[in-house]
Amino acid sequence: MIAMADTKHLYQEVILDHNRKPRNWGLPQEATHRAEGVNPLCGDDIHLALRLADDTVEAIGFEGESCAICKASASMMTAAVKGKSRADAEQLAHEFRNMATGQLDLTQPHHLGRLTVFAGVRDLPTRVKCAILPWHTLQAAFNAVATTSTEAEADPMHAPIGGA
Amino acid sequence: MTAIHTAVIKPSPIALDVERIRRDFPILKLKVNGKPLVFLDNAASSQMPQPVIDRWVRYQTSQHANIHRAVHYLSETATAEYEAARRKAQAFINAREEREVIFTSGTTEGINLVMHGYGRKFIGVGDEIILTTLEHHSNIVPWQMLAEEKGARLRVAPVNDRGELLLDEYRKLFSGRTKFVGFTHVSNALGTINPVREMIAIAHEHGVPVLIDGAQAAPHLKVDVHELDCDFYAFSGHKLCGPTGIGVLYGKARLLEQMQPFKGGGDMILSVTFEKTTYNVIPQKFEAGTPPIAAAITLGAAFDYLAETGMDRIAAQETELLDYATAEVNRLPGVRIIGTAEKKAAVLSFVVDGVHPHDVGTLLNEEGVAIRTGHHCAQPVMQRFKVPATSRASFAFYNTLAEVDALVAAIRKVRRVFGS
Repeated sequence: MIAMADTKHLYQEVILDHNRKPRNWGLPQEATHRAEGVNPLCGDDIHLALRLADDTVEAIGFEGESCAICKASASMMTAAVKGKSRADAEQLAHEFRNMATGQLDLTQPHHLGRLTVFAGVRDLPTRVKCAILPWHTLQAAFNAVATTSTEAEADPMHAPIGGA
Repeated sequence: MTAIHTAVIKPSPIALDVERIRRDFPILKLKVNGKPLVFLDNAASSQMPQPVIDRWVRYQTSQHANIHRAVHYLSETATAEYEAARRKAQAFINAREEREVIFTSGTTEGINLVMHGYGRKFIGVGDEIILTTLEHHSNIVPWQMLAEEKGARLRVAPVNDRGELLLDEYRKLFSGRTKFVGFTHVSNALGTINPVREMIAIAHEHGVPVLIDGAQAAPHLKVDVHELDCDFYAFSGHKLCGPTGIGVLYGKARLLEQMQPFKGGGDMILSVTFEKTTYNVIPQKFEAGTPPIAAAITLGAAFDYLAETGMDRIAAQETELLDYATAEVNRLPGVRIIGTAEKKAAVLSFVVDGVHPHDVGTLLNEEGVAIRTGHHCAQPVMQRFKVPATSRASFAFYNTLAEVDALVAAIRKVRRVFGS
């Protein structure tokens, strides 16, 4: 028997729920930062926009076409970073990427909270990018990069997130 | 060689004993996620039976040395076995001469060889190359590179909503500027079997040579390049129970002789000075450097295995699987089959309403069912059918109706999980 990821832990009710009813769907008014994130391998394509005031994410929303993992990740990300400072949001992005790529020890203190439902993707290499794409796009928006991709130079698996 | 003759003489009236066949494939005994492996990703790469695995081991344990070089026993043995594999390839596709069979690394290299060897020599500014919407990227990108380099132009023959080539539209693309035609025998994304005989005849009416991408056809249909009268036919070993890294390019001797070499190096020359090199005769002209000897000889064993099994019986078993799967998947609400051509081979592409193919693939994997999800390296096909990607189940002769049932049950589960 081959040991493989138990994806039952990936498609949990919370992820399915965020996929069915994504939070913060639609782009906010008077956005100060926007970016598009694409994964050309599977066709995931999301648009993200946010309004930063006093260095705080005052409003954030997204829309687009993607798989359930990407959509739920975007939905939970927007809920998690709304009201947070840019620095705190970037810290979350850093921890999320490390979790998804299996480089975060979840027994140590972290700030991910319910976002740990995505921990299972670390055992599914082809799906890691689906979960990371929204966070990669958030970093691109912060850094005023109009379009980012999961491939080539912008590949979040190689480049440090937001390092575009 | 006896094996090939047996298969030709005996018209294989009896259906395949699939359970006996399955015992030849050790990998099919695997369990994945605690479930029996249901391997339905054969269009990407098929599995290897024990006699073929054994052939690789036998070569490596008792026959290996470099070929076409030394006078010692092992080199002569390896050379003889390598050239015997070429004759097995020749018999498999019914080429007239063994020098018309070139070993490549696979279909992609075969197409690139023709692009460089024929295209760069004979295609120039203002010339046109005809392809179809159904092409895999490997039969688009090389021609695009050539068109860009030479100032030539690509023309693309369209398909209807079932994924069938529109023969009249294809015919209309020909003109005095048409210099080359390339198309797939069987679509890797949809399974459509193209009317290749008619398509070749139309091209030849205009005096234009034809390359066929046979990657998805050679594992499933009896291919007869002599009867088809195609000018080039490329396919891969690993899709027909052989190893990766080896493929075959058939080309008519007359054309291969006119072509320029693709790669320069050892074995493809007769003599070399710093002033001038005289190229070797075909097929060696196109086999520079040490070839994948072990892979070629092992591929020869795969041809034997397929011939013994009988390509007609293989085709019959796969047709039964495809017909059954099509009927069962059609009964599922919220599931749509992409590619409904009248003539199809071994491929079932589908989309589940409201569920991205990658989610389908991950959930099917949980049930031990291996399929391919994505654009299948055929993005123009996805664009034509307005889907970003599909889920694709593809069959081999060692698959069973019970495995189709497992596929269908797993798709039902996807719909349950997503509440669609």
